Amino acid sequence: MLDLRLYMAQRLSAMVMAPLVLGHIAVMVYAIQGGLSTAEILGRTQGSIPWLLFYGTFVLAVSVHAAIGLRVIVHETTGLRGRGLRIFTWGTGIVLLMMGARAVAAVTML
Amino acid sequence: MSENTKTLEVSVWRGTQEGGAFETFSVPAQESQTVLDVVSWIQQSADPTLTYRYACRVGMCGSCAMMVNGQPRWTCRTHVSRVLDGNRLEIAPLRNLPVIKDLAADMDPFFDKWIKAGGVHRPSRTRHEPIQEVSPEEPGRVEANKAIECINCSVCYAACDTVAGNEDYLGPAALQRAWTLYNDEKVQDRGAILDAVSGSDGCLNCHTQGSCTRYCPNELDPLSAIAGLKRAVATSFFRRRA
Amino acid sequence: MKLKPHRTHPLWLAYMLHRVSGLGLALFLPAHFYVLAMAVSRPGSLDYFLNFAANPLVKVAEFGLVFLLAIHFFGGLRLLALEFLPWSARQKSLAAASVAGAFLVSGTFLLRAV
Repeated sequence: MLDLRLYMAQRLSAMVMAPLVLGHIAVMVYAIQGGLSTAEILGRTQGSIPWLLFYGTFVLAVSVHAAIGLRVIVHETTGLRGRGLRIFTWGTGIVLLMMGARAVAAVTML
Repeated sequence: MSENTKTLEVSVWRGTQEGGAFETFSVPAQESQTVLDVVSWIQQSADPTLTYRYACRVGMCGSCAMMVNGQPRWTCRTHVSRVLDGNRLEIAPLRNLPVIKDLAADMDPFFDKWIKAGGVHRPSRTRHEPIQEVSPEEPGRVEANKAIECINCSVCYAACDTVAGNEDYLGPAALQRAWTLYNDEKVQDRGAILDAVSGSDGCLNCHTQGSCTRYCPNELDPLSAIAGLKRAVATSFFRRRA
Repeated sequence: MKLKPHRTHPLWLAYMLHRVSGLGLALFLPAHFYVLAMAVSRPGSLDYFLNFAANPLVKVAEFGLVFLLAIHFFGGLRLLALEFLPWSARQKSLAAASVAGAFLVSGTFLLRAV
């Protein structure tokens, strides 16, 4: 159930995320050495503009990507279409974006 | 044991769109027997009310495709020995299409989508103009040639799970046809083809499962044709914005 | 669950893997965001959670998540290549082989470095 705009949003967000995913995996491998603590995470990320931009972009892209991906799965498995499907797509994207923005703000802003 | 005494256990779908069930027949096994031979034997020797469709018997007309042991096949060119499961065969009407009766599927949605995807010839010259010369080596012609052996048997359409999940989806055959026309030098309005296949029922919904290419009895490659359409549509997205 | 006969081939399985991993990641995201947001609202809770996350069973689950991410990442690269690069099948196999090789080498290096 994808028209050209949704398809391009899906593929472009994927291309944006490709390098971000590699970066994120690298951060995970680095960060889990010697356990995780709130202080350690915040010490690295708080007040850092680069981390804000990195994870801010990631959250935006993943919200678009996941909302469109779930839209396709929901349409193909439940047959939901039209207005219901549109509301589902936008709702999923907005909820993910707000939760993600809150998380990024929590770990990067003072 | 001689070939003549062997029998096949053949379950055949009996019913209409409203419902039905499999009915089992014992069919004498023969050497070099096709699935269509088996179906014909049942109709001629066991139950004359069995409904099925065929015409040419030589893989030209595309009318005899059915589900054989769960996989879509052209039954006139499928040897029983290649698909037999023990001594059992299960034969059902093509998937993803309405059933008229027994093994005859209603092909209307398949052909409606063929037309919807732009699969009708729109000439760019009249009969009063000279015939346009097309070089067989021209890259577009080479690409178009790849799919002209399509016999509209709907095997790819029955194999495709994207069709199963999204009833509007145009399907592999119709989209491959659109890709052929897109590459055909004689077609002038390429934009119209892309418009026909880039909507919410079009090529962008393909999930690259590749069942179309795997099951095409003529060994065509709708998967790559659809990838070509996606590329052309995505390029046009940027070009039209620029 | 027995796979329907028309689905038993590599490309269909690759599609299903991509769909399942994507669905898994999408369902995990809200939980991930929720936990991280605790850093400000309830730092104590986050530390409590991180301690909980240090136990072996959770570690296995985490491995699963990274695995899903890796599957979806490579599956996605495969799709992008298939859809956007007009390469021959042979060129694509070579490209996939070289990416896999690069990851084998860098992965080995990473494991030694850690």
